[in-house]
Order: sequence, then C-alpha cells, then structure tokens
Amino acid sequence: MKQEIFVTSSPQIYDDASTTNIMWSVFFCLMPAAAWGVFSFGVWAAAVLCTALASSIAAEALCAYLAGHPGTLWDGSACVTGLLVGMTMPPAVPLYVPFFASLFAIGVVKWTFGGLGRNWMNPALAGRVFVYFSWTRAMTTWSLPGVLRGADALSAATPLGFLKTGMSQSAEFFRTPMEYLREHGYPRSLLDGSISDWLNARLLEPLGISLPQGYADLFFGFMAGSIGEISSFLLLAGTVFLLARKILSPAIPASYFGSFGLLVWIFGGLPLGGEYFTGDILFHLFTGGLILGVFYMATDIVCSPVTVPGQILYGCGAGFLTFLIRLYGAFPEGVALAILVMNVFVPLINRITRPFRFGAGKGARL
Amino acid sequence: MNLLWKTFPKGGLHPRQMKSRLRGKALWNASIPALSIVPLLQHRGEPADCLVHPRDTVREGMLIGRARSDSSCHVHSPVPGIVKYIDEITLPWGEKTPAVFIELGGEFNRLGKAVHTYPWEGIPGDRLLTILSDKGVVGMYSGIPVHRKLTIPKGKFVRTLIINGIECEPYLCADHRIMVEKAAELVEGARIAATITCAPRRVIALTGDRPDALAALREKVREMKADIEVRALWSKYPLGDERQLIKAVTGEEIPSGGTALDAGAVVLNAATTLAMYEAVVLQKPLIERSITVAGRAIRDQANLKVRIGTPLADLVEECGGFTRMPEKIIVGGPLTGWGLSELSAPVTKTTAGVLFLSPKEIRNSRRTNCLNCGRCTRSCPMGLQPEAIYKWVEHSAYEEARGEGILDCTECGCCAYACPARIPLVKEIRAGKMILQSGGV
Repeated sequence: MKQEIFVTSSPQIYDDASTTNIMWSVFFCLMPAAAWGVFSFGVWAAAVLCTALASSIAAEALCAYLAGHPGTLWDGSACVTGLLVGMTMPPAVPLYVPFFASLFAIGVVKWTFGGLGRNWMNPALAGRVFVYFSWTRAMTTWSLPGVLRGADALSAATPLGFLKTGMSQSAEFFRTPMEYLREHGYPRSLLDGSISDWLNARLLEPLGISLPQGYADLFFGFMAGSIGEISSFLLLAGTVFLLARKILSPAIPASYFGSFGLLVWIFGGLPLGGEYFTGDILFHLFTGGLILGVFYMATDIVCSPVTVPGQILYGCGAGFLTFLIRLYGAFPEGVALAILVMNVFVPLINRITRPFRFGAGKGARL
Repeated sequence: MNLLWKTFPKGGLHPRQMKSRLRGKALWNASIPALSIVPLLQHRGEPADCLVHPRDTVREGMLIGRARSDSSCHVHSPVPGIVKYIDEITLPWGEKTPAVFIELGGEFNRLGKAVHTYPWEGIPGDRLLTILSDKGVVGMYSGIPVHRKLTIPKGKFVRTLIINGIECEPYLCADHRIMVEKAAELVEGARIAATITCAPRRVIALTGDRPDALAALREKVREMKADIEVRALWSKYPLGDERQLIKAVTGEEIPSGGTALDAGAVVLNAATTLAMYEAVVLQKPLIERSITVAGRAIRDQANLKVRIGTPLADLVEECGGFTRMPEKIIVGGPLTGWGLSELSAPVTKTTAGVLFLSPKEIRNSRRTNCLNCGRCTRSCPMGLQPEAIYKWVEHSAYEEARGEGILDCTECGCCAYACPARIPLVKEIRAGKMILQSGGV
C-alpha cells in the first residue's frame, strides 16, 4: 500500500503560446509579404532571402554549438531573424550584404549576450543598420517591381527617397507628397487607378471623401523598396492573425502609429512648404517599411518593454523618433534607427514603469 | 458579455474554461467506496487526534478524529463500517498524515432516512460557531476551519460578507451545480454566515456567464426575502481568489501580509456555505462534498457527490474508466492543483475536482531561455514581477526576492501558465517562499 507519490507542482496546464509556437507563427505570417517581394522583384530577391536565411541559420547553429547550447535552432528565432534581414534588403543587393547582415545579427547582436532572449537590440534591424553603413551604396540602390518596370527604368528610388531628393533639389511648392510623385512621374501601376476608382465610387463617395490616385499602389506594394516591406496589405494580413492569437500586443503598434500619425498630420506639411495640420498620414504609413518595422520589429518581444504603460511610452518614443528622422533627418526612412534607439531605452522604461503592487497602499511601487 | 460586470483590475488571464459540457451535468451520488481512506489532516493546521483503533466499529458521521488544538479540526467517519488499520499516507500536496482505513459495513443512519431540519434562528452566533466546529466544517478549497475564519477578533468588523461562487478555474463545475441545484440551501447558509459575522452587506458573487445559477439564486433570495445581493462579475482568472474577489466587489485591497478581515470582508465558498447549512440545519457533519471529475482521458466527465475518503481509483471506475492513459492526474483545479502519479490518494474535504488530462489539454512544450516578453508580469494579479523573483530565487538571493514581494505571491499560477518559455516560475517561487517562511536561508 505504501508508496512514494511523485507530485508535480502547479500550474498543470499552459497557454497555447510557447517560444517555438510564437516564433514559427511570426515566420509564417511574414511569408506572404516575402513571397510578394520575390514575385515583384524576381529570382534575385529569392536569392537574397535564401542567403539571409541560410547564413542566419548557420550562424545560429555555430554559435549555439560554441556556447554549448545546441538545439536552439528549432525554436525558430534564427529563422525569423534571417527572414527579417532578407526582407529589409533592397532587391538587387549583392549576396554578401545579406550574408554579413545575418552574421552580424546572430553572431554579434544575439549571441554575444547569450542567445535567445538576452539581446537588447532587435538583431535583424541591427544587422540591417550594420550593412547600411558598411555598404551604403548597395543598400540604397533600388529597383522597381516587374509590373512597373518600363524598358529603361531598371533602377529607381523609393517613394520616400524620391521625395527627399526632390525636396532638397527644388524649392517648389507641393501640398502633398502624393502630388509631388504624380507631377514628377513616379511610375504607377494600372491596378492603382481601377482600385482607387472602385473605392471612390462604391465606398468613399457616400461618405463624402475621395481617395486620390497613387495610394493603392503604396498599400498593395507596387513601388520600389526593400523586398519585404513594400506590400503593407500582406504584412497587415499576417498581423491580423498574430493579434488574434495574442502573440502581438496591440499597445506598441497603437502608440507607435498614434504618435507618428499625429506628428505627421500636424507637422508633416511643413517641409513641403505647406501649413500645420496638412500632413499626409496615409503616404507615410505605407512607405519606408513602417508597417514591417512597427508590427514585426518594434514589437519584438525580447527587446520591448514589459508592462503596457512601458510599451505605450516605447511606442510613442519610436513614433516621435521616426517622425524626426524621416522629415528632418538625412535618411529617408528612419524606422530602423528609431526602433534601435528605443531598444536601448527599454531597461530604463522597464524601470520607471514597474507595476503597482497589490495591497501595498496607494502609489507604492517598490 | 455585459460591460457593467466588474472584475479585478490588474493582471489575470482567460484560460480555456472547458466547462461547456460539464456545466449542465447534474450532481449525482457516487457509489459508497468499499474501503474509505480518511486522512486525519484535511485542513490547514495540525492533524486531528485519532479516536479509533483497528477492528473498531464506526457509524456514519461518527467522530473519529478530535481536534488537537484550536488550529485543528474534527474528522468524522464518512461511512459505517469497521476500521481496518491506521496508516500514514501522503496527501496530494505532499504532506504526510495518519489516515483511518474503514471497510464498509453495517447500517447507514443518514443515507436513505428522512431528513430532519433543525430551527437555527435565534441561536446566538458563538453557539453556531461551536456547531460548525463540532461538525468539522472547513473551507472547501482553502481548508481553513470555518469556525476559525468566522471568529472575528476584537476591534475588527465585517462590513461585507461575500459568498464566493466564482469558480474561475477551468473544468471545475461542482460549485456551479450547487448554486443551481441547492440555491435555497445556499441562501440559507449565507444567512447563517451573516448572523455569525453581523455583516451589514451580504453578497453572493458569481461570474455573469452562467444565467441559470444567477436566476436560481435571485429567485430564492426573493422568495426567502433574504437581504442578500446576487452579483454578476466578469470572469477572469483568478477572480475566485479572496483578494481579487474583495477588490472586485468592494474595491478594497487586502494589505500586503494581511487577511480578508483587514479589508473588512469575509469570503466563504459556495461549497463551504452549503456545508455550513448542512451542519447547522441538518446537523450533518462534513462527510461528503461535490467534485468535478473531468479531462479527456476519462470516459464520462461528471459532477459527483462523493464521500470524503473515496479513493481516486473508485472515481475512475465510477466515471467509466480511462479512454487513454492520462498524462497527468490532478487533484484540484488545473492552475493551482497538484499533479499525482497514481490513484491511491483519497478525496479530502478540500478536493474540488479530479482531472485526468491528455497531453493536448496540458499544452506543455520545451523549455527555452526567458524571452523577456513580460507575459508573467502582465498576468500577475498581485502586481509582482515573477521573472525577477524567479531569478533572485534561482541565485539563492532570498532577501532580494523578499524585496521583490515574493511573500505576496498567491501561487495562482498565472505567470507560469502564460510563460511561453515554460519556466517553472511558481515552483521556484514557492520554494523561495518556503525557505523565507521557515526562516532558514
């Protein structure tokens, strides 16, 4: 009768989300946008993505082996990092660039601090920024998607780059960035016109607004840009799944978009010679990899703040910095640098936004 | 969902409830076990002193364990029969206690007999407390003897009496069935508790997602003209915890290290309230309780009324046996209960359910590094940072862990449930607490 009972400690059940599960969910939610990049830019984009992925996996395997923690490959985090590095590359970049970007991301940013969960910066973004400053020319040479490509125009600028160059060269007055792109012949797809017309006729006209042409291109991904950033539509589609599964916390994207959108709306018109409260929010949302950066990099669970107030602070900070860099800085995009800078502040944010303890009296926070 | 339903403000989570098929199942009487195992420690405190010897004949409801001191509680024989032997067993939570093994035999003096009710109104509170103590009534989850809980020290007042029908843990539905089937008895029990505590405000709290229980209770309260409020709250785990429930109902927080009385409240579970009714009105000692038997590994999930001391193996038989080998056998709820490796343990006064779970229900996965995702912190209803405490305990820095509030932890299990890296947060925190509480670092 007498028998030693083996007792296990509570809790006995777990949430659906596990590390592996989260990482692979993010990976598969990125796939449609990556596939769109390959479809738009052709085989070379696929080669860039594969190089980034393969070198990231190889670096992870090597580092894990050297650190004595083999078996970390299947948690999927190296694959997510590799895919993200690939997706932030220009489509025509030489293959050594994604190779070194992945190597830096995994080998330096992630593993010098002890691997998964220990890095204090988003590895993919750090890798991208590293190669951006190392091979700036390669990293700023863009090409147009196949459907937009005319006979001669093999290389082109991103909408934001186009705008930035234009603004620095002429002192013309343009009310909106979209107007500038149209006036200066930024290529547009045939689809754009029909989608805009359809939307205007069916949905927006009864509401008393109309959508100017050009935005549908930006939203669906008919523009020059990094392989994975151009299709906001497909990125957002993946985001819906991640939000529904509660893998993404909505606080960071909401505060990021909120602060960035607000600032762009208030001040965005000024650099173009416009007035206050005339900024073009839609244009800035769908260009420069903002959707990719906000939903897949700023929300990186490893290096974003822990509490919801902290996340809101972090999101607002990132939105503010993106706005500053994009409208007043030397770089056209600004998302990558803004997020990396905010990553650095995360320990500080965590410290000042500690939760209030239950039963410790009003305002007690340790 | 009603936006007006309140809940506690901080942390918490919504584990899959798994109750849809169980809520509608009426309580039925499980068969009386041929061999009952009655532990003499079924409550918080010291074990009771054994009053019987092997080969003694015991009657149903006879006192077999006398409370050793004020921090102990009486134990009664759940069945008539003959004491086979007295041996030490290990309780689900790892404590060792002597237990009386009773072989069924002889005549029942309650089962199948006419039920007498005894008028209780007019009996003073302290006399009622004595009855409760005599009948061995304890909190049906916490195991705190009810007479101890309801003895209000001088200088403290109970402003609110809360009958806790929340039952926020997944699977468990026994309290729900009590509220549906025994609403009148429950309201009567609440009135007894109100008489003892002299609480000006009396609330029966349950989650708003069960209209049948709400309707049944409201009807009985109206019928009996009882001055009791039936309150629907928004379901979130761990709303059934005393601290969170008081916060949700009255807005007051139990101060760190304090008891419910410090917030001017007394909380009694629905099952406990029913046991109080039975002890006072039916003069029946605590010898049976309602439990839920559930999980995918068992053939017939059920809500049962079982005798205390029924071995778990008998419950398996009662419920049609296993459909597959259970990955885990759990006594209690899945978030705070204990996992056993075999079936020799008996049902005690605090066993709210027995679960036989398949791997799919457990959803365990490989342990990885901490991702720093903050799910533990965001889910902690006590406003702690479980991961930080875990790290201090892991490095044996117990005083730092105390500074992080380790002693405030209620071990509700939210953090470890939510952790994607499957870090055993609660296990380590519990170990750290034990070391701090025993004083030896």
